[in-house]
Amino acid sequence: MSGFSISRRGLLAGISAVGASAALSACGAKTGDSTSTGSGAKADTSGDTVKVGLLNSLSGTMAISEVTVHNALLLAVKEINAAGGVLGKKLEAVSQDGASDWPTFAEKAETLIKDDKVVATFGCWTSASRKAVKPVFERYKSLLFYPVQYEGLEQSPYIFYIGATTNQQIVPALDYLKKQGLTKLYLVGSDYVFPRTANKIIKAYAKANGMEVVGEDYAPLGSTEFGTIVNKVKGAGADAVFNTLNGDSNVAFFKEYKSAGLTAKSLPVLSVSIAEEEVKSIGTQYLDGQLTAWNYYETTPGAANTKFVAAYQAAYGKDKPTSDPMEAAYISVYLWKEMVEKAGSFDVAKVKAASDGIALDAPEGKVTVDGATQHVYKTARIGKVGSDGLITEVWNSGKPIKPDPYLKGYTWASGLS
Amino acid sequence: MTVILNQSFTGISIGAVLLLIALGLTLTFGQMGVINMAHGEFIMAGAYTTYVLQKSISSAGVSLLVALPVAFLVAGAMGALLEWLLIRRLYTRPLDTLLVTWGVSLMLQQLARDVFGAPNVQTAAPDILTGNISLGGGITFANNRLFILGLALLSVLALTLILKLTPLGRRIRAVVQNRDLAEVSGIATGQVDRITFFIGSGLAGVAGVALTLVGPIGPTMGTNYIVDAFLVVVVGGIGQLKGSVITAFALGVLQAVLEYSTTVSVAKVIVLIAIVAFLQWRPQGLYTLRTRSLA
Repeated sequence: MSGFSISRRGLLAGISAVGASAALSACGAKTGDSTSTGSGAKADTSGDTVKVGLLNSLSGTMAISEVTVHNALLLAVKEINAAGGVLGKKLEAVSQDGASDWPTFAEKAETLIKDDKVVATFGCWTSASRKAVKPVFERYKSLLFYPVQYEGLEQSPYIFYIGATTNQQIVPALDYLKKQGLTKLYLVGSDYVFPRTANKIIKAYAKANGMEVVGEDYAPLGSTEFGTIVNKVKGAGADAVFNTLNGDSNVAFFKEYKSAGLTAKSLPVLSVSIAEEEVKSIGTQYLDGQLTAWNYYETTPGAANTKFVAAYQAAYGKDKPTSDPMEAAYISVYLWKEMVEKAGSFDVAKVKAASDGIALDAPEGKVTVDGATQHVYKTARIGKVGSDGLITEVWNSGKPIKPDPYLKGYTWASGLS
Repeated sequence: MTVILNQSFTGISIGAVLLLIALGLTLTFGQMGVINMAHGEFIMAGAYTTYVLQKSISSAGVSLLVALPVAFLVAGAMGALLEWLLIRRLYTRPLDTLLVTWGVSLMLQQLARDVFGAPNVQTAAPDILTGNISLGGGITFANNRLFILGLALLSVLALTLILKLTPLGRRIRAVVQNRDLAEVSGIATGQVDRITFFIGSGLAGVAGVALTLVGPIGPTMGTNYIVDAFLVVVVGGIGQLKGSVITAFALGVLQAVLEYSTTVSVAKVIVLIAIVAFLQWRPQGLYTLRTRSLA
């Protein structure tokens, strides 16, 4: 080392270049090339089988959640085939890996439509991936069935939204907190589209309903340093925390939360992105007694759910939990089947026209497709995490709620868009 | 008052984490001048070691204690291997070490993905480390953070003792100050390099064990910390243990204060601007080694 000298500026430039390129590769959000005019890539329905596309992240940071959705989709396809298929044709599932990377999602969506000539596609999880594939499905006039709760304020003629929109999850969750007398909320979320939009809605609701938002904090996606946020939460005099953190940050947040001596009793946290699979991986000891808002839990009563859980665990293992997005993915294939059979055709325009009023006795209870918004009537449920890692329902909306993606039915939401 | 105390503790605990991850770099980058971008992956190796041990040892407390020395050895061995395979050929080309070790870091991340799967994993902390010490009035010191603080201070102490008191430490300092003179004095500089790299990388492994107490374990966890660690070493003054210690705690507290008054993201930006400003004023960092050989 004697005789070498290194300019600090050169070093810092080197480090920051490496950091910057890592950041760039992490967030390239290209939405597919818009130059192609490939509409008219027709689905192939000539043979004895038709292809359906499954588009999930089978690798990368989202794989933990999306692989389970993929499994649920495969289960539905297998069951439908065993029962004779759709319009007398067997389904052939074509899987593509979106790899937790939004440009890849757009690319693979195009592959499914153009090369595989699928009749419909099922999948995507993050809003970013959905926004990336949306123009592709619109350009080719092909259908996507999207299985995850999301931030609403969107409607595409070529997407069926099978997960909850905000008035079927976030608004009922706020109603529930208000009824419990928990009116001072602290908002903690990851710094990207879903939490920021959700919190905008929460603040509008709070203002109109006599609730108070005493604090709002965002952590970068993947952040693991929650000391300050938890200190702020502690000192803010909140009654409850509304948690829209996504993914692994939840692990760090709940570890810090417990270390700071906060519990579900002293200051409950209501989460909208933690389901059974995540509870299992975060660790039950950190989540015992905390609240979640979904439309479905593994423990939801009913024959349809008993059958679904048994079938899933028979296929993928006794210890595998089922969750809301998995259930929505599972029923999305069945809903599509009903639409096709009512239309008597795989043709996208006819299927869309037939969609209104299609109903199903789903594991989550009765669901009905609303043709106008291409969303689904769903029952809202609040659940409590038990020490066994399962989530038990503590409240439900009694009947399926009409989807309202733009919150047009709520006067307090008039300023949102 | 409660807020100030809690927040100061948060700052100190951020500093302790920074110190633990920067400590190994102080040795390999600071003392040896090697820009080792794979240092973050040695942290990851330590964290995965904890995970593997917890799977085979049912008691979380025992597995954590076993993980500390084992992670040190595992990460240290990886570091020594890297030094022997690649870095020793590049000692006169420090900027090349950056590229080479960055490549190694990408390979190690992919290896982790293949071995442990793409999704991140978690370990359960022993019960004693999930609670806190409450001083009343809402003032709490989290046990896991106290543990990390203790671990960081112990590591600093051990490293100081090795460098100051042992024959090995004297040899390391001799090689750092004047490699040629050390060589002609009969010191096997190649061997000293490898041992130094072993210790530095091993300390990264220990940092990895500590990080399992606060967050998830994943293939890319090291990249989250590597830039921060380099900043601590550069600001502290390259090769200066004392500088790294002071800088780590100062940056931790600064970060905590700013986070409290602004937001997490804004705080990060301000800290970076502060560092750039500081280096304009004092490009050599807080402390500098005075020798004739290092110009």
